[in-house]
Amino acid sequence: MKKLKSKEMFIGGVIDKKASSLEYKTGDWMSFKPVRDVKKCTNCLLCAVFCPENCIKVKEGKVQDPDLKYCKGCGICAAECPFKAIIMKKLEDCDL
Amino acid sequence: MKSVMSGAQSASYAMMQINPDVVSSFPITPQTDIMKEYAIYVRDKKVDTEFLLMESEHSALSALVGASSSGARAMTATSSAGLAYMFEILGVASGHRLPIVMNIVNRALSGPINIHCDHSDSMACRDSGWIQLYCEDAQEVYDQTLIGLRLAEKMSIPAMIMQDGFICSHCLQNLEVLPDKIAKKFIGDFKPKYSLLDFKKCVTAGPLQLQDYYFETKKQLSLEMKNVFSEYEKISKKYFSLAKRKYSIIEEYKSKDAEFIIVALSSVCGLIKDCVDELRGKGINAGLLRIKMFRPFPYSAVSKALKNAKKIVVLDRSESFGADAPLACEIKNSVPEKIVNGCIYGLGGRDILKSNVMDLFNSMIKNKKIERFINSR
Ligand code: SF4
Ligand code: SF4
Repeated sequence: MKKLKSKEMFIGGVIDKKASSLEYKTGDWMSFKPVRDVKKCTNCLLCAVFCPENCIKVKEGKVQDPDLKYCKGCGICAAECPFKAIIMKKLEDCDL
Repeated sequence: MKSVMSGAQSASYAMMQINPDVVSSFPITPQTDIMKEYAIYVRDKKVDTEFLLMESEHSALSALVGASSSGARAMTATSSAGLAYMFEILGVASGHRLPIVMNIVNRALSGPINIHCDHSDSMACRDSGWIQLYCEDAQEVYDQTLIGLRLAEKMSIPAMIMQDGFICSHCLQNLEVLPDKIAKKFIGDFKPKYSLLDFKKCVTAGPLQLQDYYFETKKQLSLEMKNVFSEYEKISKKYFSLAKRKYSIIEEYKSKDAEFIIVALSSVCGLIKDCVDELRGKGINAGLLRIKMFRPFPYSAVSKALKNAKKIVVLDRSESFGADAPLACEIKNSVPEKIVNGCIYGLGGRDILKSNVMDLFNSMIKNKKIERFINSR
């Protein structure tokens, strides 16, 4: 995300744009990536509810893989999954 | 239109003509007279302001931050401990660039507790990002409240208009006020740069800014402060065309050719002018430089004004313990090549007498040592 100069900014730190948080890709904070084992997953949807970034979407009753643009790798989904279907993998061990 | 008012009354008269959308209030001596008068305007329906009686000054200014962010014209008044209690919110108002205007009736800060005039309250807030205008008398309080409001709104920077507690705020003085119609025309409509109630242009006000943006937001305000001088000139020119009273950021009273100059703020300048006149009658080149705008500080105007001065005494009505007092500090910065004598007077309402000012001039003329504390034991 391009950082604005003081001359380009609106006054008073006010953000004069709607939904600008979408431009803030929290995905680049990640050092662990959630990996879901579809065989263990029962689609109980708990991970989708607990994800603080709202990046696990649900389509027709089924959870989707997290949107890595926003997944910050916090591991809450893995901790909350009652079926241990999600493991957190070190980023350097993943082929992205 | 001729009138007789105290400084407090002249502030509330200007507020009545402004008719702000929101006025918040909390009583504190000697400011209370401003809000007492304003409450009468509210009762008599001379204004249609949303008049808020808050539970503290912290809340009073916080309410105005909300009002101003919502596009309302917002004003209040306070003194001393009240201003100190607002301190946290002063930075919120300026940081969010809200043009709130506040009349300050200068009073000493505790302790020991004291209700009389000195400038320790507003001087403690000089780095809070507000414009600061110091007034000599009721006339100036009235005029600067109108001018200050236009200035604040034009620059999107809040402004404090100072007057001396009791000396100015409670003494009846002759003054000229503008007819309501002309005053209202001068003030014009408030067109906020953003408003939380403008659903066509949605904004996020007051977001968290950490290492990545806070600095730029403060830098932006700091750079904009430099443009206040030229905007003030423009507005005061317009004001002059209506009121025939001229205002500038400094007042040079017989100081252009003066060798011996006293620099001061606010009501004491009346006394100094008297002394200057007397000395001029004896053929002594004495003068007064009155600083009217303290924030932003007009360094280049002051440096020009003091160019010919041989001796300079700066009178501060507040102390910076263990350092140069606020005004002395700025004057030293304006004329680094000159010797500037900083003096402290009038703390906690202590009188400064004509003989004290004459002594200062005489010490300058006769090259005698100048005592730092005036009329003190
Ligand atoms: S919490 Fe576990 S089991 Fe439930 S949907 Fe998420 S991954 Fe599947
Ligand atoms: S790791 Fe955190 S952010 Fe990423 S999907 Fe899981 S809960 Fe959401």
